[in-house]
Amino acid sequence: MFVNFFHELKTAKLPVSLREYLTLLEAMDKGVPSRKVEDFYYLSRATLVKDEKNLDKFDQVFGHVFKGLESLEADQVAEIPEEWLKTLNEKFLTEEEKDKIEAMGGWEKLMDELKKRLEEQEKRHEGGSKWIGTGGTSPYGSDGYNPEGVRIGQKENKNFKAVKVWDKREFKNLDKDVEIGIRNIKVALRRLRKFARDGAADTLDLPGTIKNTADRGYLDISLVPERRNKVKVLLFFDVGGSMDPHVKLCEELFSAARTEFKNMENFYFHNCPYESVWRDNKRRHVEKINTWDILHKYSSDYKVIFIGDASMSPYEITYSGGSVEHWNDEAGAEWLQRITDIYQNVIWINPVDKKHWEFTPSTQIINQIFSNRMFPLTLEGLDHGMKELGRNK
Amino acid sequence: MRFEGTENYIATEDLRIAVNAAITLERPLLIKGEPGTGKTVLAEEISKALKMPLITWHVKSTTKAQQGLYEYDAITRLRDSQLGDEKVKDIKNYIKRGKLWESFEADERPILLIDEIDKADIEFPNDLLQELDRMEFYVYETNETIKAIKRPVVIITSNNEKELPDAFLRRCFFHYISFPDTSTMEKIVDVHYPKIKSKLVSESLKVFYELRDVPGIKKKPSTSELLDWLKLLMNEDIKPEMLREKNASNLIPPLHGALLKNEQDVHLFERLAFLARRDNG
Repeated sequence: MFVNFFHELKTAKLPVSLREYLTLLEAMDKGVPSRKVEDFYYLSRATLVKDEKNLDKFDQVFGHVFKGLESLEADQVAEIPEEWLKTLNEKFLTEEEKDKIEAMGGWEKLMDELKKRLEEQEKRHEGGSKWIGTGGTSPYGSDGYNPEGVRIGQKENKNFKAVKVWDKREFKNLDKDVEIGIRNIKVALRRLRKFARDGAADTLDLPGTIKNTADRGYLDISLVPERRNKVKVLLFFDVGGSMDPHVKLCEELFSAARTEFKNMENFYFHNCPYESVWRDNKRRHVEKINTWDILHKYSSDYKVIFIGDASMSPYEITYSGGSVEHWNDEAGAEWLQRITDIYQNVIWINPVDKKHWEFTPSTQIINQIFSNRMFPLTLEGLDHGMKELGRNK
Repeated sequence: MRFEGTENYIATEDLRIAVNAAITLERPLLIKGEPGTGKTVLAEEISKALKMPLITWHVKSTTKAQQGLYEYDAITRLRDSQLGDEKVKDIKNYIKRGKLWESFEADERPILLIDEIDKADIEFPNDLLQELDRMEFYVYETNETIKAIKRPVVIITSNNEKELPDAFLRRCFFHYISFPDTSTMEKIVDVHYPKIKSKLVSESLKVFYELRDVPGIKKKPSTSELLDWLKLLMNEDIKPEMLREKNASNLIPPLHGALLKNEQDVHLFERLAFLARRDNG
């Protein structure tokens, strides 16, 4: 029962589990939904989807799997006397619309077409039954040129939903939210937090003291080390040139990161990191920092995040002397390789939309050096990136 | 036992199904949605509609999962022992029951509302996994197992501030209260203010949805804000015409304070109003 549906959901990368599937079956067994397909849709949605960003994906899969399945309760027999339809239509149609129908090839042709389609439908509903769902399959309901059109079987259009609930895809804009704000970024970055008690036991552990005192019957003071966010981050920002359009987004990311991580060092580079980077963008030509110094100073348990669009001439990465600003003795690729060798947790966050990456050779080169650890600057991308950074090897 | 919405609460079809599934299968129902779309009210209304007692557990950033089960008051016991109180002999006197315990031992099947679960520590939902799944827990101090007599209907609300762990989610039904469309909204308004002139409603709804669609607005006004605003409009006896004639001269709707809660949003509006005036004048 619905195994196919379940597998389709799995294939669409929805995080569904066997347990949820069984819950769905149990609910069906207990008769939670009535025999309406909408009810089944709502029930399966409540059971299988646990995050609003997946609702749209679910709607798509549902629409796909249960395609052609109409409102089952609409079991109106549609034996259509042609005359009846004709009169009905003539009653409803305005002169203008009738003219249009004429233009389409006249009434007869229209009816022929309708008949043909109905025959097709009969074939689809096996066993030669005459049941015709009124919900949505009528070819003339919402086709546009015949607005009050050929309504089969019923006067009230209660079952005549031109758009099925799941086809409305109401939750489209919740999917992978493209809109990304400081708050959202913070939530994504929070994945990386790792609180640990570190250092000397110098803070009074009030609950512990109370508990020990009460348990033992005399005053027993206990101390604990302070709780700190242990994550240490090195942040490298690409500035200038092609990064300008992304400045606002990156600023937001930066300010969010600033408040999330106490142990954060940030550096700037242009296009690709070479033998020196700088801390203060205003004094970039005066106060340069040797990249070697950074690699020596910060231990390998630092997590490294590069933020840049990785769009440049491929020479800037692969050749020595390729930099647009100065003469570099060693190619950018070597520096990148060095960094990825030293630090286990390295990611590159790219503000450019992922679908454009494959058209920029430099992006591909860098992604290769980073062993596919380049993520787009979207909520989902950040999420994946943070997961990657949080991984312990 | 089926929930069909109440006279004060308009439940959409999908919400009804989700609630009924949770009641029938005795699993928790997780409710998410924009702030002000009636997540917390839902539990109250179910309790009213099905005549079940409501037990509310408001979660704060300092709330621990253990507090929902029970707390052992060691300090009182220590003091009592020094005063030589007889009570001290029985440890049961110092076990304070939490909300979960309360709901497990209720005579009638209750509704347990765990409000704003995302406010608590990230481990909070994990600590409640077993308790919510099996509906039982163990009290170490007294060596007894507390088991739910009647499994309560558990409604959990979340504002999405923290992600909930997968293992927790798998055990819940989930419903996202999406923002009501115009027709649902009219029903909601009708339920709250039956006397309100229908013209005023349609005009104010128009203004309201336009306001929500303004690009760049920080905090979109929600249902509860709309209801507040309507109350104000009725109090001040604002005429529907006043809402309509806002085209050029006053783009900002009257009494906007109820709708816009953010200074930046008000500024944005004033700027838009200024631009509109300039273009027209």
